[in-house]
Parts: sequence; structure tokens; C-alpha cells
Amino acid sequence: MLKYMTRAGLKIVITFLAIVTLAFAATRLSGDPINYIAGQGLTQADRDLLVTYYGLDRSILEQYLAFMGSFFDGEFGLSFVERRPVSVVIAERIWPSLQLLLASTALTLALAIPLGIVAAVWRKSWVGSAVMTLAFLFYAVPNFVLAVFMILVFSYWLNWLPVVGNGTWAHFLMPTIAMSGLLIAGLTRFTRNAMLDVLGQDFIRTARAKGLAETEVILRHGLRNASITILSVIGLQVASLAAAGSVVVESIFAWPGIGELLVRSAIQRDYPVLQFGVIAVSIAVLIINAVVDLAYTWADPRIRLGEA
Amino acid sequence: MADISLRSGLVDKPSLLSGALSLWRSADAVQRVAIVTAFALLAAAIAAPLIAPHGPLDQSLLSRLSPPIGFERYRDGFLLGTDELGRDILSRTLYGLRLTLSLALLGSIIGLLIGGLLGLLSGLRGGLFEDIVMGAVDAQIAIPFTLIALLFLAIFGSSLTVMVCVLGVYGWEQYARIVRGEVKKLKAMPFVEAARAAGASNFRIATRHVLPNVVSPLVVQFTLSFSNIVLLESTLSFLGLGVQPPTATLGSMVGFGRDYMPTAPWVVIVPALAILLVTFAVQILGDWLRDRADVRLRAR
Repeated sequence: MLKYMTRAGLKIVITFLAIVTLAFAATRLSGDPINYIAGQGLTQADRDLLVTYYGLDRSILEQYLAFMGSFFDGEFGLSFVERRPVSVVIAERIWPSLQLLLASTALTLALAIPLGIVAAVWRKSWVGSAVMTLAFLFYAVPNFVLAVFMILVFSYWLNWLPVVGNGTWAHFLMPTIAMSGLLIAGLTRFTRNAMLDVLGQDFIRTARAKGLAETEVILRHGLRNASITILSVIGLQVASLAAAGSVVVESIFAWPGIGELLVRSAIQRDYPVLQFGVIAVSIAVLIINAVVDLAYTWADPRIRLGEA
Repeated sequence: MADISLRSGLVDKPSLLSGALSLWRSADAVQRVAIVTAFALLAAAIAAPLIAPHGPLDQSLLSRLSPPIGFERYRDGFLLGTDELGRDILSRTLYGLRLTLSLALLGSIIGLLIGGLLGLLSGLRGGLFEDIVMGAVDAQIAIPFTLIALLFLAIFGSSLTVMVCVLGVYGWEQYARIVRGEVKKLKAMPFVEAARAAGASNFRIATRHVLPNVVSPLVVQFTLSFSNIVLLESTLSFLGLGVQPPTATLGSMVGFGRDYMPTAPWVVIVPALAILLVTFAVQILGDWLRDRADVRLRAR
């Protein structure tokens, strides 16, 4: 277990270093950053002042170390566009993003796992094939296409739901569905396969043979054993899919979260915000992955005791 | 046994035509529809300059936002309607499809080459090189690619070249992982050992004995990655970060058409449906190929 955790920790550190270095290198590769910070018609004196302020006259190594240092003192500089500290700009976006993320995770789990079980148990009847066909089709629908069609139908034609903002519960419906569509489809298919694998095992036959009720067999023996595999995919897939999805979905619905901020900063070339926003989201994904990793490691005695 | 050696290409190969025929016979109805759709889309993309009734950028300001055939105010010659500048939606969709598919194909091939080469080298050489490559693979898997794409498109601007580079990097880690795994497995196989004992060079072993055996999982990964790249390209273009106007890809048509949705929904519906056709066809084909490649599933 200790060895496992050390390795997992090492992986996180390496990934963290990789993303920070990538963000640093990308902004330095793009030429003189001052050109982006300052507008036209800057005097040479003002220019020099800015160069010194941002430390651009120092060596690349010093700049890199200063960049790394900013993670310890929380000084990420000012947003080019909003003229406010990057940390503040990003911080106020966290809660709306988290709300949307929690809502879509809840929706995904509430739908995908029961659907996956249904598809596995009734895999030979029309119910199972219907679920799988739907899941298969939805897995090929990009979330922006889903969002656009929902907006067309529910906002413009039927006039039921608001398009932008996050004021009321009605505002949550379309973004949540748009973000979870892919996740539900993917997780349903995955749950079904994991359940099928488990239900084909000998101990399931034993459980049936000793006279357990079918629900008991499926939920206590089947789902419980499949849950380890399901958990691992939730950690790996959902976190990164949700990060990618929130970028698109938040932009479409003008949701005041980090995803919308990232796209806007990319379009407006607000590098400080974009740089640290990308790093922040990556760290969040890393942390979620690590937590899920630990959770299923702990849940699976084969890994916990170092046998696998 | 015969099956395995056939797939690895070591025994004489069946001709291309009979191979294609047996593939077609093994497909079910849905898969056949997907195959036909895929070929139709491919043909439409290749022949876009020949079959498009208008140029993709031709404006006809007198017939702005005219609806598709069958609706009131339909204007002759614009089968699927026009956009806000009076450009023919059908022609733009065809050219958009052409660009989207070319970008995805180019991106997938670059990713395959980069990832395949790194995987092959790290599998064959091992040591520090392997550790570094696999560390990078782990890092890449953990970081959502959309974020990296945003960063690079913002910094280098959204030109076609940058777009190809970004899409090309996508998915390299999957190829590297797969190839390395297969190579490590193959390296321990008796026939590789036999080739080495017979005095084959490292290069010969890599190209003649190892690579042909890695092809099958790579084909499967290629289709998966292709549909993901179509998705990524459409998404970035939709957000306004991909291919820039007036050039159209399917994603950017949906993205820029959003403003006209309440009054002229066909501006987004047509390209959005085209995206769905592409992703459906590719996904069904990918799934089919994966099932065929997976011996375990075939037995089921």
C-alpha cells in the first residue's frame, strides 16, 4: 500500500511539473510577452518598466523558478483584461463550476448505473438492446451539438427554458444535461460490461445455487464487485471529460464558471488567467483522480494487500 | 491458430477484394448502413468542388437567410438555404466536411506516427528512455487535452497549421502505450528470439517481425482517435478558436450560426446533422472493428 501510494504521489508530482513547464514554455515560445500586455504607442521607458515588473529581463531559468515560486506565495499576477489579481478572477469562478459539475455527476450516476445494470441483466430482451442503442448513439453526440439542439427546441420553439445565466433551477437543466450526455452514455456502456463480466463468474452461480433472491445476487454480489471497475473509470474518465465538457457547455450557456473563463481568456489572449486557469483545472483533475484511485485501491483488497 | 497467423500477415494474404468482401459479409445491417454512409461522406468530401452548387464563400446578399427547399420564401438554387451573408449552406457544409475530415485524417496520422514511433522505441530499447516516455504518457493521460489545445491556440493563434499541429499531438499517448505494450509482449515471443538467433538486425526485427503484429490494435485505436479528433476540431472551431472565418468547418458553421438560431435554425441544423452523421458512422465502424479485433468478444 505504501509503495503504491508513493508511486501514485510521484506520478502526480511529475504530471504537475509537466503541465507547469508546458504552460511556462508555451507563453515564452510565443515571442515577446510585452507585446500582449501593452497596447500600441508605448514609450521605451514605460516598456522597460513593464519588462522589469514582469521580470522579463532575467534569465529563463530565473523566470522559470519565479513562475514555480508563484504556486507557493499565491502571487499569479494581474489579468490583462480585468486588471485584477488572477487568483481572485479564478477563485470567484470555482463555485459555479463546482455546482454544475456536482449536478452533472449526480445526474450521471443516478442514470448510468441503473441503466447499465438493466442493460446487463436484460441483455437479451428488447429493454437491454434499447438501452444499449441509446447509449451508443448518445456516445457519438458532441455536447455542443446536444446543447444547440436543446436550445432550439426548449428555448426558442417551446419557450420553456432560459438560455443563459445560472440564476434559478431552470437554468441548471440544459447545461447539466448537455454536460452529462456523453458521460451517461459512456458510463452506461461501461457499467453494463463490468456487470456482465462479474455476472459470468463462478461465485454468482454459487450465490444463485444457495438460493439467494435475484436482486440480492445482482446488487450485493454483482454490483459490489463491479463497483471497483466502475469507480476506476469514473475517476479517470469523468474528471477529464467533465473538464473538457465544462469548457464547451459553460461557454454556450454563458455559465460564470472556470470553463467559460478559459475560453474567454483564450480568445482575448489573457495569458496570466489562461495559464493559471489551465494549471488549476489540471490540478483539480489530478486530485480527483488521486482520490478515486485511493478509494478503489482501498476498496479492493487485492490491491490493498499488494497482490496485484 | 490459422486465424492468428492470418491476422498477423505472416501467411500469404488474401487479395484486397476478397478481404473487403468477407468484411462486408461479416457486418450486420446497421454496420452496413454505417459503411455506406462513411463512403458517401468521404466521396462528398473529396468531390466537394465538383458537386457543390456554389462556392463556399460566394455571397448572394439578395437571398440572405433564405430557408431550405419546401419552406416559404425558399429561393431557387439554394437547396438547404443560405446564411446571414447569403452563402449557400449546402456548399459550405460540403466544403466544411472536406476540411473537417482532412484535418482529422492528418491529425490522426501525425499522432499515429509520433506515438507509434515513441512506443516502438521505448518498447525495444527500454531503460531511461522508456521511463521518460511512459512518464510523459501518464502526464498526458491525466491532463484534459482540450485545456492544452486552448493554451496553444491562444498563444500561437488559430491558423490551419497550428490546428494541424494541435490535432496531431492529440492521442499520441494512446498509440505509444499500445505499441509499447505489444512490443514488450512480442519481444518475449519465440519467433522474435528465433529471428534474433538467425542473425536478424534490430531494424529488421522491428520492421519485419514486430510492426506487422502491432497493426491490428493500431487500426482500432486509429478509428477511435479519428472520431475523437473530429469532435475536438468541431468543438474548438465551434468555440471560435479553431479554423477562422470565412473558411468553414462543420463546427465553426454551428458556432457562428448560433446568433441566427431563433429566426434561421437551418443555419445550425444542417452542419450539426452533418457532424452527427460523421460521428455516428465513425463510431459504429470503430466499434465493429474493435469487436472483430478482440478475439475474446468474437467467441461470445
